[in-house]
Parts: sequence; C-alpha cells; structure tokens
Amino acid sequence: MQMSTEIQCHTISVLVDNESGVLARVIGLFSGRGYNIESLTVSEVDPREKLSRITLVTSGTEMVIEQIKAQLSRLVPIHTVRDLTVEGPHVSRELALIKVAGIGEKRVEALRIADIFRANVVDSTNESFVFEIVGKTDKLDAFIKLMEPLGLIDVARTGVAAIARGSEGL
Amino acid sequence: MAQETMSGAKIVLKALVDQGVDVIFGYPGGAVLPIYDELFQQNQIKHVLVRHEQAAVHAAEGYARSTGKVGVVLVTSGPGATNAVTGLTDALMDSIPVVCLTGQVPTHLIGNDAFQEADTTGITRQCTKHNYLVKKSDDLARTMHEAFYVATTGRPGPVVIDLPKDILMLPAPYNATAKVKHKSYKPQVKGDLKKIEEAVKLLANARKPIIYGGGGIINSGPGASQLLTNFARTTGFPVTLTLMGLGAYPASDQQFLGMLGMHGTYEANMAMHDCDVMLCVGARFDDRVTGLLSAFAPNSKKIHIDIDPSSINKNVAVDLPIIGDVAHVLEDMLKIWKSTQAKSDARALEVWWKQINDWRKVNCLAFEQGSEIIKPQYAIRRLYELTRGRETYITTEVGQHQMWAAQHFGFDKPNQWMTSGGLGTMGYGFPSAIGVQMAHPDALVVDISGEASFMMNMQELSTAVQYRLPVKVFILNNMYMGMVRQWQELLHGSRYSESYSEALPDFVKLAESFGAVGIRVQKPDELDGAIKDMMAVDRPVLMDILVDQKENCYPMIPSGKPHNQMLLGPVAAGTEAIADEGKVLV
Ligand SMILES: Cc1cc2nc3c(=O)[nH]c(=O)nc-3n(C[C@H](O)[C@H](O)[C@H](O)COP(=O)(O)OP(=O)(O)OC[C@H]3O[C@@H](n4cnc5c(N)ncnc54)[C@H](O)[C@@H]3O)c2cc1C
Ligand SMILES: Cc1ncc(C[n+]2csc(CCOP(=O)(O)OP(=O)(O)O)c2C)c(N)n1
Ligand SMILES: [Mg+2]
Repeated sequence: MQMSTEIQCHTISVLVDNESGVLARVIGLFSGRGYNIESLTVSEVDPREKLSRITLVTSGTEMVIEQIKAQLSRLVPIHTVRDLTVEGPHVSRELALIKVAGIGEKRVEALRIADIFRANVVDSTNESFVFEIVGKTDKLDAFIKLMEPLGLIDVARTGVAAIARGSEGL
Repeated sequence: MAQETMSGAKIVLKALVDQGVDVIFGYPGGAVLPIYDELFQQNQIKHVLVRHEQAAVHAAEGYARSTGKVGVVLVTSGPGATNAVTGLTDALMDSIPVVCLTGQVPTHLIGNDAFQEADTTGITRQCTKHNYLVKKSDDLARTMHEAFYVATTGRPGPVVIDLPKDILMLPAPYNATAKVKHKSYKPQVKGDLKKIEEAVKLLANARKPIIYGGGGIINSGPGASQLLTNFARTTGFPVTLTLMGLGAYPASDQQFLGMLGMHGTYEANMAMHDCDVMLCVGARFDDRVTGLLSAFAPNSKKIHIDIDPSSINKNVAVDLPIIGDVAHVLEDMLKIWKSTQAKSDARALEVWWKQINDWRKVNCLAFEQGSEIIKPQYAIRRLYELTRGRETYITTEVGQHQMWAAQHFGFDKPNQWMTSGGLGTMGYGFPSAIGVQMAHPDALVVDISGEASFMMNMQELSTAVQYRLPVKVFILNNMYMGMVRQWQELLHGSRYSESYSEALPDFVKLAESFGAVGIRVQKPDELDGAIKDMMAVDRPVLMDILVDQKENCYPMIPSGKPHNQMLLGPVAAGTEAIADEGKVLV
C-alpha cells in the first residue's frame, strides 16, 4: 500500500494524568524519535480527576503523524489522543503578549494596526505598549510581522489551545 | 479487603510473593538494604546474586523469555541503577517483561546530588515501557502491582520502580489485591472480526501466500504457536520466522522455510520478495528483515496482526492491520476460515511450492567441513544433533555465532531460544542462560558464544558456580570480532581496524580458576566427544572451540539491497557488494 508523502500540519489533543514526569515523557518521545513540535501547551483541565490537556501542533507525512498518535497512545498515563485536524472542524486559539516601543508616528501606527487586529493594550508607558492579542496562529504571525518595523521589543506566546466544534467532548 | 500495615520493604516482598515471584536477580547497596534485610528473613523468594547489575537484567530476561513469566531485578541506587540501563534497553527492544526495583536516596534528599543519587526515572524513561518513583508510602503497594500489570500486558516490556530509602523503612498499608484496573492503560487483545473476515478472504484467494511470524507469537504464549501451526497446516501456506520468532513454528516441519532477513535463507527471502499476500503475525518489519524498503515484497497485499498500534505502518504501509493479541486473532481467524468454508487455491499453491522447492535446492546454508579445521556451522550442527534428546535451551551472544546458531540449530518449540535481537547486546547470552537455568534446573542450557562477547559478562562464571547452575558456554572462538571483520571486508577494504581478539585468556584455565570446567576443542573429530563430555558434567562448563578464523556468515542481504539480491557466498575481491547508499546503514 502507498501512503501520502506530503508534509501536513496536525493539531492533536491529548488527555493525560496530571502527574510528575508526564510532560517529560511526551517531549522525550518527540525528541527521541525526531518528530517536530511546532507548539505544545499544557494545563490541568479537570482538578477532580487530576487530568491535564495537552494541545500539540506537529507536522509530518501521513505515516509519521500516524506513528506520533500511536506512540503517544502507548504512554501509560495517557488517556485519550485525538487528531483534531482529521476529526472535523475545530477551533484553535493562541494568545500573545507583544511589547512595542516607539514614539511619534510609529506609536500611532502601532495603535491603529492593533485596533484592526482587535489587540488590547494591557500596559502602556510614554514610549511603549504591551498588546494582548488572541487568535489563530497565522493572525498572530501577521500582527507580529507588522509590528517589526514599528519597534517590536518582545513577544510572549502561549502556544495553541484547540477544541473540536459541536457538542461532543474529548 | 484486608489492610495490614507493615514497612515499605515488607510491602515490596509481599507484593512480589502475591505476584507469584519465586526468584529475583540482584545486587545489594545502601539504598536497598532494607529489602535485603527482609529477604534474609524469609524463604519464599530466592535471590540470585549476580556480579554486575547488567547481568541481573539479562538473567531476568532469560528467565522471562523461557517461562513466559516476569523477570524481577533488584539493584541499588546510583551506579546500581545506571549499570542496569543496557539490560533495560535490551528488554524494551525485544518486548521482554521485566520489573526492575531500584533503590533511591530518601525523598528529602532527592535532587541534592546526594551520595549515590542518580535521576533514575529520568535516565530510564526512554528505555522502559513505564517507570515510577514512589514518593508516598501509601502508593507503594498499588505501584508494585501496577508495575507487574504494565510489564506483562499488551506489548510486554521493562518497568522500573524507583524506591527511596525512607519509603522502604516507613510503615504503610498493604492492599492484598493483586488485580489491577488501570484508568488510562487498556491494551486491546481481541481483533476486529470484520477485518479478520477480510483477511480470510484475501488469504483464500492468494496464489503466492506467505506467513511471516515474529517474536509477538512467543510473547502471546505457547497457545499462539499452536494456533499458528494449525493455521499453517489448514491452509498449506509456507512459514518463515524472524530471529525473535524462532521456535514459534516447528523448524523440522516441511512448511518451514527458515529465518528470513539479512542472514535468513534464500528460499525465505525469495518467497517474501515474490509473494502476493503476506500474513505478518507479531513481527515488526525490522530493517534487518525488510532490506531495501522500496523493494520490499513489491507485489503483495499485506496483513499485519500486532498488539501495538505503533508497530503498524511504522516502516511498511500495510493493507489490512489487525490490532490484537496473536492467540486471540489466530483463534478467530481459524474459526472464520472453517465457518466460511474457505479453501486455499490448491492449484496455485502447488505451483508456488514447486518454485519454493527450486529455491531450496540452492542449499544456501551448505558448508564444507574438512578434517583439519572446525567450521563454526559444523559445531552448531553437532550441538543440535547431540542435544536433540534433551530438553535444551539456547541463548546467544551477538555476532556471527548468533547468526549461525539461528541458521543451524532447529527449534521446534517456543521459549527455548533466547537472543538479543533488537539491541544486539554482546554479553547478553551468558547471564541470560543463568536466568534460564534458574527457571529450568534440570534442562540443558547452552550459551552459544563468541570469544569477544563472552568477555563482556564473564564475571558471571562466579554466579553460575555459586548457585551450582550447570550452564554451558559454547564459545566459537575465531579470534576475531567476526561480525565486525565481515563488515570490514565488505565495506572497508578488509582493513581490520581493532577487530582482532588480541590477548585472549586461556579459557580452560579461566574456567578452572572460577571452579568451573574448561574444555578446549581443536579438531573436528574431537568435537562430538567434547560435546558429550560437556553434557555429562553437572557443573558450569566453558567450551573453547577453535574454529575457522576466516569463515563468514552467508547468505547475506547486503545493506540497502532487496531480498532478491542476496549474496550466497564471498564476493570476488574488488567487486562492490554494497553501494554508497547502503554504506551509511548499520
Ligand atoms: C547481528 C544481528 C543480525 C540480525 N539479523 C537478523 C536477520 O537476518 N533476520 C531477522 O529476522 N532478524 C535479525 N536480527 C534481529 C532484528 O534486529 C530484530 O530484532 C528482529 O528482526 C525483530 O523481530 P520481530 O519482527 O519478530 O519483532 P519483535 O522485536 O519480537 O517484536 C514483536 C512484535 O510483536 C508485537 N507483539 C508483542 N506481543 C504481541 C502479542 N501478544 N500479540 C500480537 N503482537 C504482539 C510487538 O508489538 C512487536 O511489533 C538480527 C539481530 C542482530 C543482532
Ligand atoms: C555491547 C556491544 N558492543 C559492540 C557491538 C558491536 N558488535 C557486534 S558483533 C561484534 C563482534 C562479536 O564478536 P564475537 O563475540 O567474537 O562473535 P563473532 O562475530 O566472532 O562470532 C561487535 C563488536 C555489540 N553488538 N554490542
Ligand atoms: Mg569471535
């Protein structure tokens, strides 16, 4: 049988026991087997059952993506592995805090663009802003690119959180 | 549920007993002294004191592989744990169930670079199926039982439990339950019946079918081998096995084509290359087996039975994956074959078998035994013939001798062949034989060895002597790291860089100095007598068999070549057996 050799980007949701070492297992798996991590976020989502949710964005051929999911499922503390990219529509969001320093025209232009992108100002001095922007990765990329000539100083991004559309849970 | 309170060390031992453990392999040290103290005060569990922690793990592997039970290891913190790493990696690669208890500094010192502290869970995370650090006494009993559950179910593998010394001393409750239900870990054993029906259809229509079986059949238990044999007999299909699968189908059967892969038989590899339907049973399309991937069985539909979804489509994309345990799936497959009255294509099979028998006529394993120098193949043939009447277990080290053992020793039953396949660990065979002998005190256990490999764990002679384990080491002494030398001939213009076994000990005297028996054999006509002497001695024996130093292991698929381009013997000097793309491969 032939499988596609095209490189695709996939968003994968993983439900894990929130115990020490789980993240190291996941990251060790990716580095040990040479898989890409484009983004990885993790936080506890169910304090009662002590479950955390990891959202992973990774890329590879169809065979590699299949391997990644199978290898993740093999880790003992992992409950569920779901490939949001193949399972249907999903929403994915990322938050970034972006520091831009400048005065005069550049400062005004930064504010104007922030407005178009619906970025909020969360801190301000006479010569700087910190913007907070939420959206898809490419929207954040575009905003950051536009800020570059306007005095971009610092970027902090959360990485992607994603969830399937509709009424079903993980 | 009965809840008793006792010290952590007592809990460890009680859990072992409740899991049915009767022997453990270990080496003491400060961090595990509380467990050793408990061992001293009981007699349900026998402890085998090895001479190096790597050997403890290999011994546990041998014990596990030859019994189907878990092998248990006990080592101290720091160097004890790091010495065990090679064994753990070996068990992971070959899917062997092992539980390894490691000592750890007390919880309040963890992270302080305390004496003999090592980040054992960090170091072993990538070389275990799973590992635990027990930080709370209350978790100890559950963790012990869970470790056995994880090690033995699904695709088996090694599990480490890191035990801080304070946890071993403190009292804690013991839950008597040995049955574990896990929240997230639930391996699937039953195969999807629809897929099995599809597989039956594909197989019944096959014109050139082949069954390619592997270590998963052995993992699944003796019943799986029996079912495979039934299925092969019912269908009349040819069977080939991987190095790890040997014994899963009787070697003496007409339908058996021998091992496949790099040093497999001509008939097995040609049949793999030309087949139209392949039934892969518990094997993982390893690179030693597939050869050049793009030319691997190019015209076949592939069915793959495996319990681990990550083995499916890893190297080779298959048409019909069936996730489940070999025995469960084969049982359903046989039932469906019978209930649907499936029939193999008898006419097509006749043509196929005629072709296979033509390949067999090449007689690819032939060698010429003269009257002066012992051929290594001959030594193994004689060992095989002379031990046929006895319950015999064979372990090996790694190298040419290992491949000759796989080619020339026939295994008719599972669990009698223990070798390091995935990691290829020199030094595996001798301690592994010790583990096998512990489990089968009356059987004949032979480590087929090379002179270089033996020296990697020869300190275990002392263990064998101490416990009166009559293991036999059958050294095919070619004075070379033969496998390395063979590759240097093929790839590096016969420049034998560091592959000569210089300054070898006198193995006979070596054996004697440990209190074992040493026998040297130099001539072909001495061999039978020496093997009989070896078998007659009820003590550890070291056989130093001086064999042809220049012999190489054939047939061979050179790296980067497909199955149908095997080398059947030495290539003429100056010919390039391996192209540049192949040279980067290992
Ligand atoms: C010097 C050297 C040369 C070698 N040359 C060769 C060679 O010529 N030919 C050869 O074959 N090998 C050779 N090997 C060995 C090779 O490296 C691999 O170890 C071997 O081929 C793997 O065997 P396997 O595919 O049976 O898989 P194993 O490693 O035994 O894996 C078992 C597979 O079965 C699955 N499984 C486990 N339990 C179950 C179950 N209950 N039900 C269903 N599935 C299960 C597992 O998930 C896994 O996919 C060589 C090794 C060395 C050191
Ligand atoms: C621990 C370890 N180190 C190195 C190797 C690489 N290696 C594979 S075979 C071999 C030579 C083995 O020599 P010997 O035991 O004499 O066996 P022979 O090939 O001569 O039969 C070596 C060094 C290995 N497999 N394992
Ligand atoms: Mg040698």
